[in-house]
Parts: sequence; structure tokens; C-alpha cells
Amino acid sequence: MSFPPGASSRLLRLLVLALLLGASMFLALGLGPSRASWASLVDLLLGRSDATTRAILVDVRLSRIVLAAIVGAALSGAGAAFQAVLRNPLADPYILGVSGGAALGATLVTTTAGLAPGDVPFARPAAAFAGAVLTLAVLFRLARLRGRTGSMALLLAGVVLNAFDSAVILFLITVGDPARFQGTLAFLVGSIVPLPWGAIAVVAAFVMAGLALLFLLSHRLNLLAFGEETAGHLGLDVERTTWQVVISASLVTAAAVSFTGLVGFVGLIVPHAARAALGPDHRVLVPASALGGAAFLVLADAGARTVAAPVELPVGVITALVGCPLFLALFLRRLREP
Amino acid sequence: MASALRFESVAFAYGATAVFTRLDLEVAEGEIVAVLGPNGTGKTTLLRLASGALAPDRGRIEIFGRSAGAIPPRERSRSVAVVPQESRPAFAFTALEVVRMGRAPHLGLLGIETARDEKVVREAMERTAVASLATRPFLELSGGERQRVVLARALAQEPRLLLLDEPTAFLDLKHRLAVYDLLVRWSRECGITVVLASHDLDLAARFADRVALVHRGAVAADGRPADVLTKEMLRLAYEVEAEIGQDPTTGRPVVIPIAPSAAP
Repeated sequence: MSFPPGASSRLLRLLVLALLLGASMFLALGLGPSRASWASLVDLLLGRSDATTRAILVDVRLSRIVLAAIVGAALSGAGAAFQAVLRNPLADPYILGVSGGAALGATLVTTTAGLAPGDVPFARPAAAFAGAVLTLAVLFRLARLRGRTGSMALLLAGVVLNAFDSAVILFLITVGDPARFQGTLAFLVGSIVPLPWGAIAVVAAFVMAGLALLFLLSHRLNLLAFGEETAGHLGLDVERTTWQVVISASLVTAAAVSFTGLVGFVGLIVPHAARAALGPDHRVLVPASALGGAAFLVLADAGARTVAAPVELPVGVITALVGCPLFLALFLRRLREP
Repeated sequence: MASALRFESVAFAYGATAVFTRLDLEVAEGEIVAVLGPNGTGKTTLLRLASGALAPDRGRIEIFGRSAGAIPPRERSRSVAVVPQESRPAFAFTALEVVRMGRAPHLGLLGIETARDEKVVREAMERTAVASLATRPFLELSGGERQRVVLARALAQEPRLLLLDEPTAFLDLKHRLAVYDLLVRWSRECGITVVLASHDLDLAARFADRVALVHRGAVAADGRPADVLTKEMLRLAYEVEAEIGQDPTTGRPVVIPIAPSAAP
């Protein structure tokens, strides 16, 4: 008879993932149009590099890597949370339309004020949060209309909302300034844009706060897997917990989307892989998804920068290329289930 | 004896479909009561009302002397455990992880199990003979194994009142007997009150202290198995003609169904 130990092994697995994240960030630092040698990276770590190299590596490349890590952690952590609340492994902030709502909120606040995205580092995530919550309010309203029916209808509604939000975003930006069409397109696909450290810090603060809340709620997410009634029998205040999780996940999604746009499928791919590797216990799954998501998006963005160099692809191209087939495979498996 | 569960003039309807018009039932602490009745009479609804999953339209439901609706879910889950008819988790939890969820009502803010929690979980799994399945995915287990895992989860809650909906429906004879035997021993040893809905008249008659027969929105008969399981009651509630025998070892009634009753 084998009883696997509990908390200690959970911590160990997360440590391994944290190391993996560190390694992928270091690897990504070495990749890019102006290829930095490994020796110069070591010099940077030891504080021996000259000002120009440091400027390129830290302010250009590292800031982008850090933003990718934060966005990846956010979208994956939110994905794991949405999947638990909806009891559907296909849920993801992008597919649910939460990302779209957030992106629209962020776009509205800057275009109506005639500002560039970087001008207002705080207003964009805040408006994105409002957009995300509004979208979820609409979704849950739709779900209520059909009683207890499936989360599949919710996903479909999310996809439709996403399409609508994208159209409005494209309209708002290009009507204001046709020259920004290309940038808007990248925003709609999802792209890790250069941001000043101040804005990155704001995004990071939002994401960390939301992820911390999700981590505190993670053991309750396990109970939801058996349905609302059983979760109630196990002592969960289902309605309250659902709202706490949804609000936290929206906060995290909104911050991630507010500058980088609709990076899709990260919240689907990473929690799925983490669940396959580490099991469905959300006390592990939520932090593991965050760490794994950070590593995944850092590597995906490094790939986007290098695969078609000197052209830099939006990272959303890579995540969609990986995510769409996975979504279809999972969807087919679910349809075949009795 | 103090009452563990009390229904007083309870009425309940799903929309326009009335299930109970006037239900009265009292279960004393430590008792094992089987709720009987054919399909659609509301056995499951009765348990859902008792567990707080549903609220009565009229009347009063008390758990250990307190109004059921007034007890917050977390507090209630420390005294009431439920074994539903079927369990299908959305994700591939192992049997051990499922049983650990029974400790949720007792965990602190971060939801991390203590050594005592792990001990309770292990004992519960040993009692229901599922310790060897600990690392197996719950969804890959047979129906009977799953039911015993969920039973272990309920034991791990350390409840004072256990509600079971057809706990042995998917079990073979051996495990059926084992589950009932476990329930009786557990109830006697720890003073746990057990209320179970069942289709299995003979096993219910054999193991329950009392049986309550639900018919037409109310309890039609309530008492010792031999007093409730009579030819007349079976004709009335189940619409079957039956002979009532006697179990030679326990003296409890045994129902031998003969034929559906002729339409009146």
C-alpha cells in the first residue's frame, strides 16, 4: 500500500518548475536579433558588462522577457482557475472572451483620451479589469438563462464576444489613426511589446495580487470538481467561492491583456500539460500553471523573435499554432465521452 | 434520545411538481433509518432536503436541534456527510485525493493537511477496503470501488450524521454486505446516525433499526422493519403482491415479490 506524501512533495515539484522558469529566461536572454554570446550573459550576471551591452540586454531584452513571464503566468493561472470553476478543461481566458473584454476596456480608456498605451500605466489594467468583469457578468447571465446547462454554450458565447470585441477594437484604433492598423493587428493576435519598467511593475503588481488570491483559493477549487452540490456538502460556500475565483482570475487576465493584447490558448495549453504531469490537485496546479506558463510564454516569445528573423512575429501566432490543435483534440475527446 | 434529524410538516415542489405535501420524520441520534419507496417518490429529494442542498417550501427541518437553513455550509459539513448516488469529478483525481477532500471541512486557511488529517484519511480508506486503490485515478475505478472511495471520503469528514443515497446500487453482493456491515459497526462504535435511501428492501430490513416508507408525498409507514414491510404496505406503495418471509438468522422480514398488483 502506498500513500504518497502530501505537502512536501508538492513544494518540491514547484521548486523544479521555478528552476525551469529561471533556465528558460536565461536561455531567452541569449536569443535575439543581436545575438548575445553566453560569455556576455555571464558578464552581465557578474556585473562586468559595459553600458551598451547592459542597455540592450536589460532594458530591451530582459524587460521583454519579464513581461512575457508575467503575462504567461497570469493567463495560465487564470486558465486553471476558470477550468476549475466551470468544470471544463477547455476554458481559457481567451476562449471565454474575458481577454477580449479586457482588451476592449484597455483600448477604450486610451483611445477616448487620445493617449498612447504607455502614457497611463495604471488606467489600462484598471479599465481592462472592468471589461473582463463585464464580460463575465454577461457570460454568467447567459449561463443562468439556460439553467444548469453546459459550459460548452458558455465557451461558444465567449468566442462570439471575443469576435465582437476584436471588431470594436479594430474600429476604435484605426478610425482614430489608420497608420496604427498593423500595431492593432499585433495587439489582437497578442504581442509582447516593449514597455517601460514602470508599466511592467504595475502589470506585475496586479498579476501577483490576483495569483496570490487564486493560490489561497486553490484547495477549494478541488471541491468544485465534484459539482456544486457535493462541494456544498464538503463545506464550500459555492456561490461566494465562485465569485472570488472569477474576480481574481479576471484581475490577473486583465493585467496581462492590457498591454500585450489577446495572447490566446496559453491558459489552455499550460494547465493541461501541468495537469497531465502533476495531477489535478489545484494546490499544485495553480502555482505550477503560473510558473509553467511563465516559462512557456518566455520561450514562445523567444521563438517568435527568432524563427523568422529579422521579422518579429507576435507571440500570439506561436501560441495559437500550438493551442488550436490541442483545443480541437480535447474537444473531440470530450465529444466522445459518454 | 436527542434528535439528529427532524422533518416537521415539510412541503416541497420542483416548480409545479409537488414531491412532499406533508412530510414528518424524526431520526434519533445513533439510529440507522432506511427510507424506502419506489422510484420517483422523493427518496433522493428527502436526502437533499436533509443535507441542505434544497430548502423546504413550507415546514421545518432540523439537524441536531438547529434549523437546517441557518447552519453555514462549512459548519454543517463537519457534522453531516453525504454519499450521493453517483460521483463524476471533472478532473482525474486519484482515489486518495478524493478521500482527502473529506478533510476539507476541517482544514485551515491554506488547506494543508496535518498528520492527523492524513491519519483519518488512511483509516477511512482502510475501513472501506480502498487503501490499495489510493494512487489509482478515481474515474478508472469500477462503480463499486468508486462508491467505497466516496464512502471513505464521507467517513473522513468525521460526521455525526451520514446521509446515503442508494449506497449499494452499483455493488455486488459481497461489497453490498460489507458496506452495510461497515455502516452498522461504525454507527454502533461512534454513535453515528445513518439515514439511507434504498431500493434493497431485504438489506434495509436486515440492517436498519427503522424503516420509513415514502408514499404520495408523505411518510406512509414508519417503524420496525417487520411492522412496515407488510403485504398491505407493499401493495399500497410498490403495487406488487408479495409474500413476507423471515430471515432465519436475524428474524428480520424478507420480501418475496410475486407479481404486480392488478389495477384497482
